Amino acid sequence: MQLQPILASLRHHRLTTILLVLQVAFTCAIVCNVVFMVAGRVQRISVPTGVAERELSMIHSAGIEKDENAQARHTADLAALRAIPGVRAVAAVSYALPLGRSESSYGTCPDKQAMDRVRQLMSMDGSGCLQPSVYDGTPGLIGTLGLRLVEGRDFLPDEYVVGYKSNPAVAIISRALAQHLYPDRPALGQSLYVGDRTIRVVGIVDTLLRPNLRKPGVDYDSMLWPQLPDGSGVTYVMRSAPQDRQRVLEAASAALVKASPNRIVNPKRMRTFSQMRAKYFQRDTTMIGLLVASGLGLLFVTALGITGLANFWVQQRRRTIGIRRAIGATRGDILRYFLAENFLVVTAGVVLGLLLACALNLALMRLYELPRLPLFYLPVGALALWALGQLAVLGPARRAAAVPPVVAMRSA
Amino acid sequence: MFGYYLDLAWRSLRRTPVLTALMVIAIGLGIGASMTMLTVLHVMTDDPLPGRSAHLYTPRIDPLPLAYKQGDDSPDPADNLTWPDAMALLKAHRATRQAAMAGGSLMVRPARAGLQPFNANGRYATADFFAMFGVPFEQGQGWSAADDEARAHVVVLGSALARKLFGDAGGLGRTVRLEDNDYRVVGIAGDWAPKPMFYADATGSQYSDDDQFFLPLSVAVDLDLSVNGNNSGWGRDEANSKTNASTSWLQFWMQLDTPAQVAAYRQFLVDYSAQQKALGRFERPPTNARLYSLMGWLAHENLVPNDVRLQLWLALGFLLVCMVNIVALLLAKFLRRSGEISVRRALGAQRRDIFLQLGVESAVIGVAGGVLGLAIAQLGLWSVRQRPDDYAQLAQMDVPMLLGTFVLAIVASVLAGLLPALRVCRVAPALQLKAL
Repeated sequence: MQLQPILASLRHHRLTTILLVLQVAFTCAIVCNVVFMVAGRVQRISVPTGVAERELSMIHSAGIEKDENAQARHTADLAALRAIPGVRAVAAVSYALPLGRSESSYGTCPDKQAMDRVRQLMSMDGSGCLQPSVYDGTPGLIGTLGLRLVEGRDFLPDEYVVGYKSNPAVAIISRALAQHLYPDRPALGQSLYVGDRTIRVVGIVDTLLRPNLRKPGVDYDSMLWPQLPDGSGVTYVMRSAPQDRQRVLEAASAALVKASPNRIVNPKRMRTFSQMRAKYFQRDTTMIGLLVASGLGLLFVTALGITGLANFWVQQRRRTIGIRRAIGATRGDILRYFLAENFLVVTAGVVLGLLLACALNLALMRLYELPRLPLFYLPVGALALWALGQLAVLGPARRAAAVPPVVAMRSA
Repeated sequence: MFGYYLDLAWRSLRRTPVLTALMVIAIGLGIGASMTMLTVLHVMTDDPLPGRSAHLYTPRIDPLPLAYKQGDDSPDPADNLTWPDAMALLKAHRATRQAAMAGGSLMVRPARAGLQPFNANGRYATADFFAMFGVPFEQGQGWSAADDEARAHVVVLGSALARKLFGDAGGLGRTVRLEDNDYRVVGIAGDWAPKPMFYADATGSQYSDDDQFFLPLSVAVDLDLSVNGNNSGWGRDEANSKTNASTSWLQFWMQLDTPAQVAAYRQFLVDYSAQQKALGRFERPPTNARLYSLMGWLAHENLVPNDVRLQLWLALGFLLVCMVNIVALLLAKFLRRSGEISVRRALGAQRRDIFLQLGVESAVIGVAGGVLGLAIAQLGLWSVRQRPDDYAQLAQMDVPMLLGTFVLAIVASVLAGLLPALRVCRVAPALQLKAL
């Protein structure tokens, strides 16, 4: 296959060729970055929480009587919910749940010296202290959520204290928090310094995500306290078979109102864990949809452009093609000619496009704090565009190959 | 001549229907995507109170200790005011009108049988709020500064809440129970819901919330009613009460009518900060004090999510690729007609005429692309409205955006036609005629 005549012909259509190269380059640059962003978002929305997501559903209740005894109310409610057929376990929390958005977090230090450093500097930076999120809840929360206790034990009944102002003596922390606070010694049995409280670590759970994602390094820094919720507003978490969740929620709403009508059960805060998760990542799913749609749109428009232009060139060169056929070129030669021509143009576009992709990524890194584009995206993007170009040009090229040699005899 | 060019364009486009369709689709997709995102951005950055916004200002003073360090994702406590600062500005009376305010959510206990208690969002404000923001009233009016002073239990209801509680009769003079207290209804506000809700704390959902009731701020402080939004304390004392000098939770707005007034207020804020610093309360430089205009404040708050900006860039990038696509197609198309154009040139047409003719042809494609783009944009906006995002419901095209779509489509296609037309005008007629 000789490239000489192809190059000569492209030089003849210099401006059009440059435009086509530019289009391929822009598409390549944008699509590489779009695919990268989609991958990032997909990774973000598939973050594991550590709880039995498919089996959990939540219902929120707000008492409207001021002087009601919250503890008695919660105990009665829990009993009523436990009695619903299909409910395997139930627990009450104030509000905090993984991916639930509302969180409480406390500056937490691994030892006394670190605490003193923070007090002195009035800043947690470099002190070894962290800001883990804290989950409260009634006994049985670990089992209800389906958390995996990997070391130590669950809370004992007499360790529970009432309300967020109370001082628990023990805590169960996530494995990530254990590693971050005590990188060089076992965390079990250590004492955490949280404000004026000293809290002993009695257990470690495998994975427990925060209610609100911050940044990848600290998203699993969380702990459980044996604190009973004490407000008028409380969230009940129920565990059931996945297919029972909707029915359980409806039954729960009825059971709560039956147990005491003096409350607001907001239907908006009555949902399965899957719904809560979908809501948390709703912006990301929108963005993934948009990114995928625009990436496909770009490829589509570029393919249209290549096809349109190739079609045009084929029409324009019918006579030349006829002459080539007449002096001995086979159909395959003509087909290969157009495929090779397209390959050359797309290659030029891809080379420029990969440079542009890196430049665009740098700009995005600066403006939107996106991570750096991994290099393996570039060859994949190049391959995709080559394939797209060849496919787009196939139709016109076959039409060119079908031009009969007799065209050379007719006048233009 | 224009009619003739239109005719020529029509004939030329009809001769290559596939190519024409490709160009119209390309520009339609590009315009549709860009206009969807431009419209979303437009409604998000629109003036929430046209006519009044030019005279509305909000102060920012910095009462934070020198050592205070703001967390990465946490909102800036200095965006809100503390109670002592807000009261000082209010009592100084340096603006035409001024009001301090904060949002809150209260439990409404309806007297009407069959209506369960429910939570409603509303605002605690001082008396000038209504006149300053031009809140319309269906019945009655706002409360007076004397009511503020007396901590009078009065309430202004939004029309939706009033209808829900009292039916169509209105409820002027009647009593509403909010949490554990009764309030006398002194006014029922008409439809009034600026989008974004610029006067609310920046951490809320400013595009979808609205105020259903208004209470005097002094009452909210008196009864320690719950407050929404960023409520930051930096004091050593744990007591996080509302009147604390180191807890910021209030928003403050004022009306300043002349540039001189604005300049004087700016100075006043600096002087006030300097005075507080001299007293030992403030630690940071008094020149940290700022006065923001309404639109300036919205820019400072940066309400538009990064995702929306990213989407706009994506859409514009898409339009760019579409345009390059059209330039290439038009160039091929125009160059192919070198013969025809040379004949026209030989018959006396000037380069300008050829240029105009090809420009008209590009514009025709632009108009067709604009129509398609408009349909695609409406589809795009419809899909945005289906999303549960805070701003989703606002995604509607207004007349300027509608016209903008066509302007953008025509400008884009004429721009795209510019290079090919220039190139074809340079074709030497003699050479082409020989080849015919």
